Amino acid sequence: MKQVFAKPKALNDEIMHYCPGCGHGVAHRLVAEALDHYDITGRTVGVAPVGCSVLMYDYFNCDIIEAPHGRAPAVATGMKRSRSDLIVFAYQGDGDLASIGLAEIVHAANRGENITVIFINNTVYGMTGGQMAPTTLLGQKTTTSPYGRNFNTDGYPIRMAEMLAPLEGTTYVARMSLDKPVNILKARKSVFKAFEMQINNVGFSFVELLTICPTNWGMDSMESIKRIQDEMIPYFPLGVFKEKETEDYI
Amino acid sequence: MPTIKIESEKCKGCSLCIDVCPYELIRQERTINHQGYQYVVLADPEEQCTGCTLCALMCPDICIEVFK
Amino acid sequence: MTEQKRILVKGNEAVGMGAIRAGCLYYFGYPITPQNEIPEFMSRELPRHDGEFVQAESELASINMVLGASAVGVRSMTSSSSPGISLMQEGLSYLAGQELPAVVINVVRCGPGLGGIATSQGDYFQAVKGGGHGDYRVITLAPASVQEMYDHTILAFDLADRYRNPTMVLADAVLGQMQEPIFEHGDVPPEPRKHWTLTGAANRPARHLKSLYLKEGELEAHNRMLQEKYREIQKHEVRFEEYDVDDAQLVVAAFGTSARIARTAVSRAREKGLKVGLFRPVTVFPFPGMRLCSLSERVKKFLVVEMNTGQMVEDVRLNVKGDTEVEFYGRPGGAIPTPVEVLTQIERHY
Ligand SMILES: Cc1ncc(C[n+]2csc(CCOP(=O)(O)OP(=O)(O)O)c2C)c(N)n1
Ligand code: SF4
Ligand code: SF4
Ligand code: SF4
Repeated sequence: MKQVFAKPKALNDEIMHYCPGCGHGVAHRLVAEALDHYDITGRTVGVAPVGCSVLMYDYFNCDIIEAPHGRAPAVATGMKRSRSDLIVFAYQGDGDLASIGLAEIVHAANRGENITVIFINNTVYGMTGGQMAPTTLLGQKTTTSPYGRNFNTDGYPIRMAEMLAPLEGTTYVARMSLDKPVNILKARKSVFKAFEMQINNVGFSFVELLTICPTNWGMDSMESIKRIQDEMIPYFPLGVFKEKETEDYI
Repeated sequence: MPTIKIESEKCKGCSLCIDVCPYELIRQERTINHQGYQYVVLADPEEQCTGCTLCALMCPDICIEVFK
Repeated sequence: MTEQKRILVKGNEAVGMGAIRAGCLYYFGYPITPQNEIPEFMSRELPRHDGEFVQAESELASINMVLGASAVGVRSMTSSSSPGISLMQEGLSYLAGQELPAVVINVVRCGPGLGGIATSQGDYFQAVKGGGHGDYRVITLAPASVQEMYDHTILAFDLADRYRNPTMVLADAVLGQMQEPIFEHGDVPPEPRKHWTLTGAANRPARHLKSLYLKEGELEAHNRMLQEKYREIQKHEVRFEEYDVDDAQLVVAAFGTSARIARTAVSRAREKGLKVGLFRPVTVFPFPGMRLCSLSERVKKFLVVEMNTGQMVEDVRLNVKGDTEVEFYGRPGGAIPTPVEVLTQIERHY
């Protein structure tokens, strides 16, 4: 008998601190699978955000630095510019990337930094207890939008992939969902592609992943998965928004 | 025969694997593990598991290994 | 010895020259007057040295780019002026918490707020008392000449690396803008080996650079270790200069540009037969408090001169013996005290 599914080598055996069902686990696995696939764990440096995944350095077998809230793309820029032989990825939540760190992500993308950014969109601030995020859907109740997000006072949810794709500096921009096996397989392909872009020195790659936060959504895991399908995907459509070929660049 | 191995100590009982198994071969235990979660087990007396890996793909805590 | 030739440069250019001399090939910064000659110089020179210049989107980004570059083990720097340095406080706190070396040049201008682009020493507290959140210190050098802008930049890289701590050169608009002849000398201390960098876990266990410590007791231990390091810095890295203090009855204490002005005033006072000396802290963190304390055994009066409303004077008062008189003369926000003004103060308090 052959083992057809195993834990990726780029992850260690620690039990992750995430809540039951939390999407960070699958997202970590996909990144780790990419590190395994391209055999780059030994020359990869990850940049951890401030958010629930700040502790990701406890789970990965690659070097990892913690960035101040939202600044991961700037930290990654500093690393990649001074050691271009390293593979540098930033892993960020939606509060981290789309709110406090909006300037850093847009400008890193616009400069075409040769880095990979994995963006976890769970429509809330997880770590701080479920406050409204820039990605919170209209009508969604959170601890700071107790009557539901209202566009008059809170604005509209930001679609990051659509915002970054038109920038000339980006080479790969996709949004995927971790709601069901077939989508997870597509997301895996996307994450692989993003790392491949960096390995081939093509430029800035970005994968947004729609994930669940059962704890702060006040739902069980199954209801949360359904929410991705019923509410998130209609507003945050899945797909590859941009993919430049290596040849376009040279 | 294809089968899966579930690391019950790592399981958080989120039940995401249960829902995706086409043959409903995974069920939740009443007992809890050291983390305090009702973990899941494979219940496959008729050896129906096809090793499709759907359950493992869904598992956020990477507790499932699949053999084929 | 390399050949010594004197060249006439601006203070800000001297910073750039010193940085490249120290092996800094990575510069990240955002424009702000009165330090723009530094990024301009670096954007011109670094590509010629196979380095990288990045004009960041903000000072928040520049300091974090420095944090990233530092983590992979290279010498990198940023420079700014007061409002930009305020934005960098977050990054400085993280650099200190993660024990990462970094060099930051602050060509101080006036505040508060947008203030003005004229010279000031209003950022003394911010520089030497931590500035950002948490219990940390930034090694802070206070140059008083264009030569020192060059020398201190080199020294800053050395101190930052040796102590794994952010290090600031606390200059001001006058020092950044004025031209003076300098020697470019060759003696740069060798870069220490860095065993903590994030360069890929190929042949070793993975490394982490972090400042978050959640386990019981971990954070306290980390903070105590940092404090121990700051004590080491205080023990070994204090630097200061003295003029005519041996027989002085009154000692003027001043740093940076104020010290230059005070020096002229002290010379004129000496010409008039007054026994006056000058004490100039070269490092403001670590502050040369022990030396001030021993001076105060004999000198019963100090006059502190600053281009602010009284910041370093607090450190002087903290360190001198209890019965010592400490007077203050300062011109805040954009005004520069003249030697005549300082001389008048000396005569008044002598
Ligand atoms: C400068 C700063 N502001 C605020 C915080 C508090 N804070 C910690 S995590 C977080 C939000 C995290 O949310 P998100 O990025 O969506 O990640 P998640 O926890 O959902 O994975 C906030 C606001 C902080 N640590 N630093
Ligand atoms: S709070 Fe939400 S994002 Fe954070 S670990 Fe729990 S489920 Fe995941
Ligand atoms: S591998 Fe497929 S058939 Fe076997 S338990 Fe998992 S989901 Fe069910
Ligand atoms: S998906 Fe994983 S953690 Fe969740 S119940 Fe199944 S085995 Fe347990």
